[in-house]
Amino acid sequence: MDATGKEHELRQASPPAAGQPDIVRAEGLTKQVSTPDHDLTIVKSATFRVRAGESVAIVGASGSGKSTLLGLLAGLDVPTAGRVWIAGEDLFALDEDGRARLRGRLVGFVFQSFQLLPALTALENVMLPLELAGQDDARAKAQAELSRVGLAERLGHYPRQLSGGEQQRVALARAFATGPKLLFADEPTGNLDSATGAQVIDLLFDLNRENGTTLVLVTHDEGLATRCDRRITIRAGEVSAG
Amino acid sequence: MKRLALALRMLRRNAHAGEARVLAAALFIAVASVTTVGFFADRVQAALDRQANELLGGDLVVIADHPVPPAFLERAREENLARVETRTFPSMVSGPGGTSLAEIKAVGEGFPLRGRLRVADESMQGDGEIDGAPKAGRAWIAVPLVARLSAKPGDRINVGRASLLVERVITREPDSVLDYFGLAPRVLMNLEDLEATQLVQVGSRITWRLLVAGEADAIRRFDAAVRPQLSRGERVESVRDARSEVRVSLERAQRFLGLASLLSVILASVAVALAARRFSQRQTDGAAMMRCLGASQADIFALGAWQFLALAAIGCVAGTIAGYGAQAVLAQWLTGFFSVALPAPGPMPAVKGAVIGLVLVLGFTLPPLLRLRGVPTLRVLRSDVPVAEPSSLVAYGLGFVALASLVVWQSGDLKLGAIAVGGFTVALGVAALAGYALIRAVSRARAGAAGPWRYGLANLRRRTGASLLQVIALGLGIMAMLLLTLVRTDLIAKWQASIPPDAPNRFAINIQADQLPEVKAFFKDLGLSNPDLYPMVRGRLVKIGERDIRPADFTDERAKRLSEREFNMSWADRLRTDNQVVAGSWWKPGAGPEFSMEEGIAKTFNVKVGDTLTFDVAGSRFTAPVTNLRKVEWDNFKAKFFVIASPGVLEAYPASWMTSFHLGAGREDVVSRLVARFPNLSVIDLTAIMEQVKRISDQVSRAVEFVFLFAIAAGLVVLFAAITTTQDERVFEGAVMRTLGASRRQLVLTQLAEFLAIGLAAGAVAAAGAVGLATVLSERVLGVPYEFNWVVPVAGLLAGGLGVAFAGLLGTRKAVDSPPLAAIRAVS
Repeated sequence: MDATGKEHELRQASPPAAGQPDIVRAEGLTKQVSTPDHDLTIVKSATFRVRAGESVAIVGASGSGKSTLLGLLAGLDVPTAGRVWIAGEDLFALDEDGRARLRGRLVGFVFQSFQLLPALTALENVMLPLELAGQDDARAKAQAELSRVGLAERLGHYPRQLSGGEQQRVALARAFATGPKLLFADEPTGNLDSATGAQVIDLLFDLNRENGTTLVLVTHDEGLATRCDRRITIRAGEVSAG
Repeated sequence: MKRLALALRMLRRNAHAGEARVLAAALFIAVASVTTVGFFADRVQAALDRQANELLGGDLVVIADHPVPPAFLERAREENLARVETRTFPSMVSGPGGTSLAEIKAVGEGFPLRGRLRVADESMQGDGEIDGAPKAGRAWIAVPLVARLSAKPGDRINVGRASLLVERVITREPDSVLDYFGLAPRVLMNLEDLEATQLVQVGSRITWRLLVAGEADAIRRFDAAVRPQLSRGERVESVRDARSEVRVSLERAQRFLGLASLLSVILASVAVALAARRFSQRQTDGAAMMRCLGASQADIFALGAWQFLALAAIGCVAGTIAGYGAQAVLAQWLTGFFSVALPAPGPMPAVKGAVIGLVLVLGFTLPPLLRLRGVPTLRVLRSDVPVAEPSSLVAYGLGFVALASLVVWQSGDLKLGAIAVGGFTVALGVAALAGYALIRAVSRARAGAAGPWRYGLANLRRRTGASLLQVIALGLGIMAMLLLTLVRTDLIAKWQASIPPDAPNRFAINIQADQLPEVKAFFKDLGLSNPDLYPMVRGRLVKIGERDIRPADFTDERAKRLSEREFNMSWADRLRTDNQVVAGSWWKPGAGPEFSMEEGIAKTFNVKVGDTLTFDVAGSRFTAPVTNLRKVEWDNFKAKFFVIASPGVLEAYPASWMTSFHLGAGREDVVSRLVARFPNLSVIDLTAIMEQVKRISDQVSRAVEFVFLFAIAAGLVVLFAAITTTQDERVFEGAVMRTLGASRRQLVLTQLAEFLAIGLAAGAVAAAGAVGLATVLSERVLGVPYEFNWVVPVAGLLAGGLGVAFAGLLGTRKAVDSPPLAAIRAVS
């Protein structure tokens, strides 16, 4: 609970996902950090749901707390208060490794800075989550996934040998390789020019539709936000439906 | 297995990064250094073990400084043991073209009972093993005598009054694996001819041996029967306790080389720690990403650990192969000590190398691995989220304990190991303090420096930790080099110069009392100065006060040895000028029986002025008090005596006389004439011994230098590791400075200032350490006052300053040459 004690209920405004079960549920989610002068509340008591199959944009100005909220939803960070359920599992009732296993099973990620491991080739980067999940046919699956994003010819290339758009496509292949139910994307076009960004976004939405994945993406790109089924707006930590 | 496969794939890519190479190189050097010494030591050990019963020439030997009691012979006969007697003693021998001191061994029928001699015939083409030993009237001579006496098979040589026919040349004797300390070459002759030589006289240093061989049970019974009956001057040696002085000395030398090799291990550990830390830093974001993709903390830890272990395996295997090759070089250089081919080494040194590699990896990569394991996943979103650092005291404490255990293990002795650990720690501490003081002083002086120089010196202060590490590692490496090159030759030259040119260079021993006037006349006739002749009586210390002397009572090796054998005692009325009384006072004329003892041996036996000593000389005992202790100059090559008696104590006992004299180059004829005239005399050529000592010391120090080369290489790896640790920071700073308009020259100067300062500080630490150690060595060990030599600090500062500046600039050229934007992107 934050200082205001207010809770923010999100209205359900997304017909395609209506009737679907919740894939993400947040309740009273709060993140405070201590500074030398005072405690700063970055996310204030956010309560909302995301239904399976929905696409949701988290929008807000720079520094409004978008990425912090995404981090909390994905269990990358621990909240000061509140709870998050992913596919019915209480995220913060699990320990650090439990959350990692849950992510490996259910969640995919796409980042602004791609976050490919420089030591691994495109193929190996896509194989990584499959191998971590202990899947046997990692190589074949990774190859198929890279073909879907149009990089069948670049399997042996290292990240630094690829353009920004290509790197983000590898990241998309990696994100979808494990067949996640939920995909978190953090400013996926932030490091790309508008033409490349648009191609990547088209690809992202195509893959999302084909896989029936739930998409939660953080963006300050208005055009991108409008392509989503609905939006969650965050302003100075206050979360509201858009 | 999946983790391993993934780790190997990641390593394949990471192998191009500096830190993986540094880690592998550091392990390679450490393992190569340790296995080089290990393989070499193993070969020597194997040679010694293999030759153990050949070394004895039988299964069991009774050794005595008087004839072996007949009861022992009788007992051996009862047990049906093969037996043979030998006598050994030093004597001069002469041949057609010269004279030489030789170690005579007169052997009975059946020698050797175990092992065979290798001999060459007249043609000297090749050699082969042969049964038995020379028949009466024949002699077999060792290779060096062929040249010294100009005697070959078919010629005759004189041993004392006997003339023997040279039949064969001995190329290898079973009982002298090592000719390390065997200063005189062998003449093997038949026991039957011994009497004819007339060399067995009063005061002759003869060793009697009874060799026996036979069934193990019979040997055991013989051993059990004989041991309780041993009296003074008699001992029994079996294969088990055949630990010759040579063996002890060699083992000590191996231990020293082993410890020297550990210097590279210690330096390598620093490089491993630095490289592992940088590895972990560079993997931080990747680890966070993997956590995000579902990897557990154990996965992250295992992936890193497998990569380190794979690098360790590469370093260990390559290091062991290199060590195997390098030991051959060591064996080649030290080959002069061995008269037999060394057997191939066993696998143990390789195992030891692998253990050392593993300990280094486990001890020094754990903290970075733990750090990586705890990386917050949130870093995938925000790269400024800090990573918790494990407590460095606990983490590197583990490394220190691991390293200390290695040192103790390598030294093979807890006390020696503890001293080495303490010594290294103190040396590191002193180097650290000195380095820190220098860094502070230099960075304080930066106010007066111009632009780029000021920034460079400011960096030195800001990166105090990294700079200090560089100063210490380089300082120790440079110090080792200074000591081994400049200081060593300097000290040896000084020591040699401290010996006066007319110092005696020959000893003549075994002069009989009735020969004294003739010997004096001989010297006078040849125009040589009147020789100082000293009487010598052999006696054994049997009591100190009321306490009986038993070798088992002493823990000190020297005391044990000295308590077993006879002393050379002398008598004198006046104190010699090269002796100095340090406790008590010299006897007055007409005083009663008194002893004067050399202070060193007094300390060994814990004898004080006022204690009484009882000696046994030729079966009769006498007791007298010690009234003074003497300090003796040991390096003036004159006759020295541990114990001197006042006049009237020893004169009644059988004595031989000795003298020392100087012989100029080209006067070797004097020795031939002296020996021809007095065949019982033995003349020992000190110049030959000096040369041999010098040769041995040269070979040993070359071996040590060789081992220290690994330390230097390890020091360079530490330098490289330390430079690359700060490389990202330097590249970023360089890029920022470039963006702000700095020229290439200014960037180079900034880096140069920092590295020059580090190098000069390392050089200063090294020079101070080298001078300090040289002073101690010079004054304590060689007894020569140390004269400060300016070349040492100048060489240290030059090596440090220029070497580090060059290596540093080479290592950080990326910081200067990268385009600013690329550099900033690459780092961020």
